Amino acid sequence: MTKRATGLIGSRLGYRINLVGLIGFAVVLFWAVIALFAADLIPYSVGEIVDTDYFGPMHPGLWLGSDYLGRDMLSRILMGARYTVGISLAAVTIACVTGVVLGMAAAVVRGVVDSVLSRILDAMNSIPSKLFGLMVVAAVGSSIPVLILTLSAIYIPGAYRFSRSLAVNINTMEFMTVARIRGESLAYLIGAEILPNIIGPVLADLGLRFVFIVLLLSGLSFLGLGVQPPYADWGALVRENLGGLPFGAPAVIVPSIAIATLTISVNLLIDNLPRKIRDRSAP
Amino acid sequence: MRARVPSLVLSRLLIALVTLVIVSFAVFFATTLLPGDTASILLGQAATPEAVAGLRTAMHLDEPALFRFLRWCLGLLRGDLGTSYANNMPVATLIAGRLVNTLKLAGLTALISVPLALTLGITAAMWRGSVYDRIVTIVTIGVISVPEFVVATSAVLLFAVYLKWLPALSFTNEIHSFYDLLRAYAMPVITLTFVVSAQMIRMGRAAVIETLNTPYVEMALLKGASRPRLVLKHALPNALGPIVNAMALSLSYLLGGVIIIETIFNYPGIAMLMVDAVSTRDLPLIQSCAMIFCLGYLVLITAADVIAILANPRLR
Repeated sequence: MTKRATGLIGSRLGYRINLVGLIGFAVVLFWAVIALFAADLIPYSVGEIVDTDYFGPMHPGLWLGSDYLGRDMLSRILMGARYTVGISLAAVTIACVTGVVLGMAAAVVRGVVDSVLSRILDAMNSIPSKLFGLMVVAAVGSSIPVLILTLSAIYIPGAYRFSRSLAVNINTMEFMTVARIRGESLAYLIGAEILPNIIGPVLADLGLRFVFIVLLLSGLSFLGLGVQPPYADWGALVRENLGGLPFGAPAVIVPSIAIATLTISVNLLIDNLPRKIRDRSAP
Repeated sequence: MRARVPSLVLSRLLIALVTLVIVSFAVFFATTLLPGDTASILLGQAATPEAVAGLRTAMHLDEPALFRFLRWCLGLLRGDLGTSYANNMPVATLIAGRLVNTLKLAGLTALISVPLALTLGITAAMWRGSVYDRIVTIVTIGVISVPEFVVATSAVLLFAVYLKWLPALSFTNEIHSFYDLLRAYAMPVITLTFVVSAQMIRMGRAAVIETLNTPYVEMALLKGASRPRLVLKHALPNALGPIVNAMALSLSYLLGGVIIIETIFNYPGIAMLMVDAVSTRDLPLIQSCAMIFCLGYLVLITAADVIAILANPRLR
């Protein structure tokens, strides 16, 4: 959703978005629509065995072939979009809202709060992300709420660092001094004075972080530690159909392509955002 | 000014040490938060109240968590990593052989990817904007944007399924000749090289381009220096620090990559051991593997920082 908003803001304000960016935007929009309406689009129920053959090829009726149990791959991919896009979107929203609010607050308040917060979040940042995910799953088991919270916890430090570095620059502006002298509250300072000035780069950063989260979620699911059966996201679909790899079954290739199209198009969209949005607070 | 470099390096090492303590704290408490009592899980069917109480005392489980944390840390320092829950073997024995395997894989990958990435990154920066540069950029963005297992499955499809040059998802221990060795290591090393080099090429290219934008390079250009001379003689010596920094940072991507690659190719390394330990919830094994990974990661990041400090002439 957020990515769509970025695009619309762009065109409303009269910026030019180039062709590559538009293609990226279209693909992102496509997957967002699929994720929203997956339940109405699937030709077969996800658990239904429709093919007597496993790892069946693509043919009319089973457009993307069948998986290792003979289930319809198209339906499973469409429903998988829901988990991959939905979980990542929820996680990236939590991560960025928390990180950005903390980052702006640290930049405005400064002093002890800032240095303690920065130290702790830096230490969190020095645990490799996959390892962090593995440990949490080992400790509390894997479920969708746990996954969302873990993924957002992993990416809070990055969002914090990014927004803090932007907010520190804004904080030195004169209108901030004026607002401070007026006696405005912290909430007003970060919400009404800082946020509007850094919102462009923050949204672009949110998009990049969304890609990281999709990659990490798919990685965990691929290891069998992410989304658990009977549900399956794209990473889990690759894992369960890995047996079809030696004969190039579509069941293992298509979910890989799905992940790649989503992440590459988000990257393309962000890279081709108008400079005005991306680097608004850059000097 | 001369005294600043040692003190900066020292403070960086100190920060790394503090971080290591915080990380070990996090690793220990994340894994002791487990619901369920370890002693009764271990005993299973034989869990009479007396037996559970006895085992709890023997394992020091009835002590406060902070004591157990200190005991665990002291054990780590002495090289005593505890005993695996799953098969009652010392964790150190389980890990030793696996660690060597992983280091072999990582070392081999570094050996190939560093020169490869250096060449591609610098040449791409040299001919910035050309078709060659665009191809390199697009391929690296593509590799970075997809999960490691997609890179791995694509490599298997290409080299094993269509070209039939290499065996697919199998790592055999039956290595009789150099040729077998080459075939066994080829797929994991190729995939990891792809993942790590993509990061290195991007960062290396960015570092060189940043130096190319400086006034003295422009001066050299106006003097009429050729492009290779411009890059190799004028820009590169100054970009060396950032480049080495980028190399060390990208090598830390090895850690994330190795977890996926070892699983997909069934490679008997330490990451695979850890993934198995997570599914059997073998805590001492998870803790030790996690600490080894965090340590490796910290060493690489700290090395990158120290190199960046040492390479900055403004601090000298």
